[in-house]
This record gives sequence, C-alpha cells and structure tokens, in this order.
Amino acid sequence: MSTTTVNAIDETFAALRARGESALIPFLTTGDPDLETSIALVQAAEEAGASMIELGVPYSDPLADGPVIQRASERALKNRIRLIDCMGVASEARKRGVRMPFILFTYFNPALQLGLERFFALLQEHGFSGVIIPDLPLEEDGEVREIAERTGIHLIPLVAPTSEARVERIASKAKGFVYCVSSLGVTGVRSSFHDGIDSFLSTVRKAASVPICVGFGISTREHAERFAGVTDGVIVGSAIVRKVEEVLPALTSGDEARKRQGVDAVRAFIADLKPRAGG
Amino acid sequence: MTQVTQVPDANGRFGAFGGKYVPETLMNALHELEEAYNRYKDDPDFLAEVRYLLKQYSGRPTPLYYAERLTAHLGGAKIYLKREDLNHTGAHKINNTIGQAVLAKRMGKKKIIAETGAGQHGVASATVAALLGLECKVFMGEEDTKRQQLNVFRMKLLGSEVIPVLSGTRTLKDACNETLRYWVSHVDDTYYILGSVTGPHPYPMMVRDFQRVIGLETKDQILEAEGRLPDAIVAAVGGGSNAMGIFHPFVDDTAVRLIGVEAAGRGVETDKHAATMTKGRPGVFQGSMSYVLQDEVGQVQEAHSISAGLDYPGIGPEHAFLKDAKRAEYVPITDAEALEALQLLSRQEGIIPALESAHAVAHTLKLAPTLPKDAIVVISLSGRGDKDVESIMGYLGRNEL
Repeated sequence: MSTTTVNAIDETFAALRARGESALIPFLTTGDPDLETSIALVQAAEEAGASMIELGVPYSDPLADGPVIQRASERALKNRIRLIDCMGVASEARKRGVRMPFILFTYFNPALQLGLERFFALLQEHGFSGVIIPDLPLEEDGEVREIAERTGIHLIPLVAPTSEARVERIASKAKGFVYCVSSLGVTGVRSSFHDGIDSFLSTVRKAASVPICVGFGISTREHAERFAGVTDGVIVGSAIVRKVEEVLPALTSGDEARKRQGVDAVRAFIADLKPRAGG
Repeated sequence: MTQVTQVPDANGRFGAFGGKYVPETLMNALHELEEAYNRYKDDPDFLAEVRYLLKQYSGRPTPLYYAERLTAHLGGAKIYLKREDLNHTGAHKINNTIGQAVLAKRMGKKKIIAETGAGQHGVASATVAALLGLECKVFMGEEDTKRQQLNVFRMKLLGSEVIPVLSGTRTLKDACNETLRYWVSHVDDTYYILGSVTGPHPYPMMVRDFQRVIGLETKDQILEAEGRLPDAIVAAVGGGSNAMGIFHPFVDDTAVRLIGVEAAGRGVETDKHAATMTKGRPGVFQGSMSYVLQDEVGQVQEAHSISAGLDYPGIGPEHAFLKDAKRAEYVPITDAEALEALQLLSRQEGIIPALESAHAVAHTLKLAPTLPKDAIVVISLSGRGDKDVESIMGYLGRNEL
C-alpha cells in the first residue's frame, strides 16, 4: 500500500468541518453480548449518525474503565472473545456496507502478546484507521508509535485534566485526534465535569494540530451540544454500553423480532445523542 | 554482574521490565511521587523519622535467630530465621508503610489509600494512618473480606474504612485495580501506599528501598554470628517485597544464592497455582512489564494459593530482571508442602509462621539436607501465622492434630 494514502479519520473530520458539524463517536464493548450483535450494532450506529466508531476489546483488567464497561467486558469474556474476534467485527461490518472509520480500543497486553508488528498488520487487514491504548502513555509508546506511523494507523493519545505540562508534548505528536478526558476518574456516566474543563480544552486546542474530541462521562445530547462548540467531537461509551445492557434480554432472546427491537433501541439512543445542526 | 544493582534506570526500567503503563491521568502523580521520593530519600530528617519509627514503634532490628532444633532435625546446613514476624502488626509490611506514610505526610497529603489481599498490608497501612493522623481507605476483594474477617475488623478498629471490591475475581488482583481506579479519581489529594515491589515506577524501586532494611540487618547479623555471608537466602514471593528487601543488599555478593519461593497451589501442572515465574511469561499487568500468569491471548489469569498473600498473578519487575539475569532462582512450593512445613516449624521451634513464609520454610526443608553442615541458609520469616490459624484449622480439620 502507498504511504500517501489519506487516513479515513482525517477525511471524515475534513468532511464534518466542511459541513460545520462535530463528530459523534460511539464506543461499543465488542462481543457484548455476542459478535453477531456487535456487527448489527455497528451498522445501527452508522445509521444513527455516528461519524466513526470505537470498538473496545474486552479485557480481564480494565484499569481505565468504570463498572458499566467492566460488566460488559466480563460478559464478553465469558464467550471467550479475543482481540482478533473484535477485529473480525470491523471487517464483517465493512463487508455489509458500513463506511465510517473504525478505531480499536484495547489495553496494551493483548496487543503485546499478539506481537506488535502482527497487531498492526491485522489492524490494516481488518480496515482499522486508528487505535487507542489507554495504558500506554507517551513514555512507553516509542515502538508502537513507530509501527503505527509506518503502517498508516493513527495512534490516538489521551490527555487528562492532570496532564498539565504534558499536554503540549502529547498533543503535538497526536495523530487522528486528541482524546480529551473530561474529568478525573474512569469511564462512566457522570453528572458533572472537571471544574477547569473549558480552560483544559482550550489548552489542548492550542497545542494540537489535529482535531480534539472529548470523552468520559458524556451521556446525553445536552452534553454533546455543550462540547460541540469547543471541540471537534464527543465520544460516548458507558451510556451506550449501559443501553445495550438494558436491552440484553431482547438481544439474547433468540427471537429475531425481539433482537431487532433491541438493536433499534440502541440505534434510537445513539441518534438522540447527535447534536442538533448548528449546535 | 555488577550492573544488576544499578537498576532501575531513569524510566523505571529493570532491563526489559518495569516502566509506567498507566492511564494518562496518573502520569503526573507518579512523576510528583518520584520527585518527592528522590528529594527525601537521602534527606537526614526524613531518614531519621523513618529510622526512629522502625526502631521505637515497630521494634527493629528484628532478630536473626539460629534455628538449632530445625537444623538438627534436617541434618544439613545451619538454618537462620530472619524474624520479620516480630515486627509490630506481625509482618514485614510495616517497613514499607512507615516509609511511605512519612513520605505522604511530607508531601502534604492527608488521605491515603491501599490495596490488600490477606489484609496484612491493609492492617499495616491502617496502623500508620492512625499513628500519623491520616485518613485511610483500604480496598479489599469481597472474597478476601469474608476469608479474613478478623483483619477487616482490625482495620476498622484502627479507624480505617474498608471498601469491599465487587469486580472481577473479587480478590487481590481486583483490589489493586480498584485502588488504582480510585486513585485516578482522587489523585489531587490522595496518596496511594502500594504494598509490594509491583505496579508502575517508582513503586517497585521505592518499596524495595523501604524493605532493604531486612537484608541490611541480616548482613550485619550473620557477619556477627558466623563471620561470613550465608550460602543461600530463601524468601517467599507473591508480589515479592520481603524477598526483594532481603535479596537486594546481597545482589553483588554473587556467592550468595538468592532463592524466591512461589506458590504452586495444588501443583504447577494444574490450573490452580500462583507460580508466575514457573508458568507465566512477560507481559504488562497493573502498571509494569514483568512475568504474568496469562492465557494465550493476554488475558490475565486467576491465581490460586492457600496463602492469600501469594495469591497474585504478577510479580515485581526487579524479580523478573534478576531471574533473566540468572542472579536469583525461583522455585514452586505447593499448598500441601507449605502446610507440612508450617507444622514442622511450629513443633520444632515454637514459631508458627504465616502461610506465605511457610513456603520459604518448605523449600528449605528440601534444600538444607543437600548442603554440608557448615553451610548457612537464611530464611526470610516474613510474617507470623496468627492471621492464618483459622484457615489452617479449616484445612487440617479441627481434630486432626
């Protein structure tokens, strides 16, 4: 492949900017409750207006995650969902017509055990455009960054309100977008954000040459609209995973009509998160 | 071999192991901790306060006791016991909590948090919190709160809050995860007292430094008693703090064999063990690169041991480094062998060891008879068995003895 190929994440942000819109980036725990449902949910997310999607790899020790995503991981791990299965969800969704960019969200160890070269080769093969590794800070990401750049996969970094002087170092090296953590703490629905959130976001904005998006605790359209003006997009994880959990009885019923209703409910939830035009 | 004591490097690396694999939110807190530790570790006032508390509060130095009857019984090497069980709160854990709590106070932190498995580190943390007037929360897997009810009550008596952890396996591994998650949310005013030589840099280095007092005393004491260094030092390893503490001052003395004893549970050939060195492989777990018990796709596996303190699927990165450098050796001991050794030491010497320490005793039972009578073996008797009496009763049966 040519190294001049434009990354789909960059193209998507350019198109959104041209339309004056911000990105809606849902997160799903892949394989919760099963792989086939995950494929259906990816399709539903795109139909609901998602700009790109984060596919989370279930992990035994999800340090950065709160209870909602922990429970989803535990459910998926009961079915022995592996990293490679999560990648398969992306390629299968692509085959079924999904066009938005895919981002893999994984803790470091499963990628490390696969072998980093092989991990990135597989990301390419399955049509991923980016990867987020929440327990791989700047100090440890040298080898991963080198392979990511060589393979054209964006390594999307996180910055936190506690990053302070690190913001500049992280944001200036970022590819794809900078993932701004809205508050201290793990993923999960919350009613308030860090006090200094707006000045934090503007600090990141100044340091970054790529778009900035905000996540952790974004659960309503009001939140999405609040951040639409000051960022280029929002990431919604736990709120969607909780919705999936809520309709689990339907999704696992074995009855096709009820499953469709479950997927419809998640689609409607995501559609409702989309900021109103001009918002 | 000399460079094995020159670790970690500025990035917290022990060769290929160690590092800081944590969420970005914690990176500045770790940096702040590292700076504070580097500022105080050679500060005379800081060291004086730590030394005073180790001596007058915890009762150091602990004796190095010649186990004459056990030696005669085994008919081989002379066996010495480094009596960490005689520390205040009954184990070596307090060496580290005193050091870190004094550091926390110097850093201006009024709240501390800690993880615990069996409850020994939790009790040691609750104790220093009471001593220094700090607010303390201890995270403990729900399973362990049931298995170790006495220690839960002990921590509450000391004025700490015990938070049962309901995620994952509900044991030590998940208590560590939950403590880290809590720290991520409260990093601006809370100090995390990590209990072993594990986790992200600077913890493996700092906890080792606070535990080195075990090895430094041992060196002076054995030279006084025998006029020479021992032939072998044997210590149990879960995360590996007592072992690293007693090993470290001897790392450059290459004639001294350093033997870490890990929990083989029901046997390393079963899936019920905690033999991280024997059966694990390198990976990233809870903030550092080290050996990890994991499946073929990198999911961390549940550990099993009769001893809650060894029931952990990871091990400190410096141990991984010493193993790969072939400076230390790591051997497995089963639940049954540890129980046997616990009873033997109780009857031969009148010392009931903690189940953790009984693993080190058990390996010595194999090792000592193979050595000549003028050889010297030191066992790190890391804790006393009082906390385990109830579970030992469960294993042996009330009327078996």
